[in-house]
Amino acid sequence: MLRDITLGQYFPGDTVVHRLDPRTKLLLVIIYIVALFSATGWPSYGLVIAVTVFSLAISKIKPKSAFKGLKPLIFIIILTALLNIFYTQGTPVAEGWPITWEGIEKAVMMSLRIILLIMGTFMLTYTTSPIALTDGMELLLNPLKKIKVPVHEMSMMMSMALRFIPTLIEETDKIMSAQKARGADFETGSLLQRAKALLPILVPLFVSSFRRADELAVAMESRCYHGGEGRTRMKQLKLMGRDWIALLLGALFLAAIYVMKHFGL
Amino acid sequence: MNIIEIKNLHYTYPGYDSETLKGVSLEIEKGSFVAVLGHNGSGKSTLAKHLNAILLPTEGQVLVNGIDTADEDKLLEIRRTVGMVFQNPDNQIVANVVEEDVAFAPENLGVPSEEIRHRVDNALKQVDMYEFRMHAPHLLSGGQKQRVAIAGVIAMEPQVVVLDEPTAMLDPRGRREVIETVTRLCREKGITVVLITHHMNECVGADRVVVMSNGRVIADGAPEVVFSRVELMREEGLTVPATTELLYELNKKGFSLDLNALTVEKCAEEIAEKLG
Repeated sequence: MLRDITLGQYFPGDTVVHRLDPRTKLLLVIIYIVALFSATGWPSYGLVIAVTVFSLAISKIKPKSAFKGLKPLIFIIILTALLNIFYTQGTPVAEGWPITWEGIEKAVMMSLRIILLIMGTFMLTYTTSPIALTDGMELLLNPLKKIKVPVHEMSMMMSMALRFIPTLIEETDKIMSAQKARGADFETGSLLQRAKALLPILVPLFVSSFRRADELAVAMESRCYHGGEGRTRMKQLKLMGRDWIALLLGALFLAAIYVMKHFGL
Repeated sequence: MNIIEIKNLHYTYPGYDSETLKGVSLEIEKGSFVAVLGHNGSGKSTLAKHLNAILLPTEGQVLVNGIDTADEDKLLEIRRTVGMVFQNPDNQIVANVVEEDVAFAPENLGVPSEEIRHRVDNALKQVDMYEFRMHAPHLLSGGQKQRVAIAGVIAMEPQVVVLDEPTAMLDPRGRREVIETVTRLCREKGITVVLITHHMNECVGADRVVVMSNGRVIADGAPEVVFSRVELMREEGLTVPATTELLYELNKKGFSLDLNALTVEKCAEEIAEKLG
């Protein structure tokens, strides 16, 4: 049952978007978010939507999987919409109704903003492998090393965590089977009972994780790991022509949003 | 020439009263295949951990290529000379992709990118895992994972590879794969191999077997010589290979067979000869 968990939502592919440098994609997502939150009027929203649809199309993400990503957040979207509908001052839709035209407009805009935000960020994880993502992040944050931010250590921790997720899932499965064989019951009972039943799984899982961590540290030291200093990479990320074009397009997009904002659109 | 020299090594784990190693002296010749045998708690893994400065002697000295392992400035030098493969393959693979994992050690050593690529491909070919280079390690079998771990060590281009019970968690097939791989590395590439194990059969191909018990070396010599001391091995709770055992039992029944035959063929020859 635990095997079904998909993590990172990465869909391997070979589109231009997949081939972009992870750093470019990270920067583009930041640009996209800034643009999205700067958009105020319908024309600028239209532009953001157009850009989103265009990017989804060239990365060959099926609309179905794009909307699937929204599922866990549907509650937040509805809540935002409702709050905006009822709490915005303005002209009522009808005499005595608590709903205003302005409220409806704002609700639609806010929900749209959240939906676009999720879609934009999901596009990053859809098209970038988790390892490429951590590598990109490390390189982008590299300047922060000057002010003693442990950038290398953070990205190492992240990639290590990703590496051990399948191993730990396997282990959890094993422990669960062992407990089931001894009569543990994880499937029936109230929520509280089921939560309590998980304790005998978590304790051995923690103990073995610490043992693993210890062994891993020794193995890493044996392979001459001594922090990020003086480390080289086998696969060096290189910005290609397509990365510069993508970044240029991103900059143009942001500029367009700001121009529109200036004219009140 | 000796690549590793252990001089009167004593070691006590912090917080323990009794010594785990009680004065071990060993020289390991360059290019040789040495198997270290012993049952649990004999100190063989503790000894292994001294060979690349994971543990430092409480008393005595360990020299790798003439460098004292206690010399902190030479730590990387020692660790790149002596590579180490551990028991649990899952806990020594650091990356999500096989080739990225093999690249880990050379990356740590600051080797230029193209050179790393070259070393990784080479190392993977040597352990016969080249076609799996883009796979995720957790989907491989135990024997395959362990071979990836070996590739990860040889990508460092060490002169010695120490394997600390590399087959303990593997099925018979994985065990054979690993032993065949390390034997080949030793014979073809001239890498010195120190194999820590408690499986007799894995020692048959070694140049030399060192038997440890209770923190001391109790037997040391060619496999035929060591295994022919059947009583001593039994006293230590170690079984001898089935061939030696058979010859020994026949001798007890009045034959006078030579105990040196370790392979089934040699054993058969020996018996056939005596039967006339």
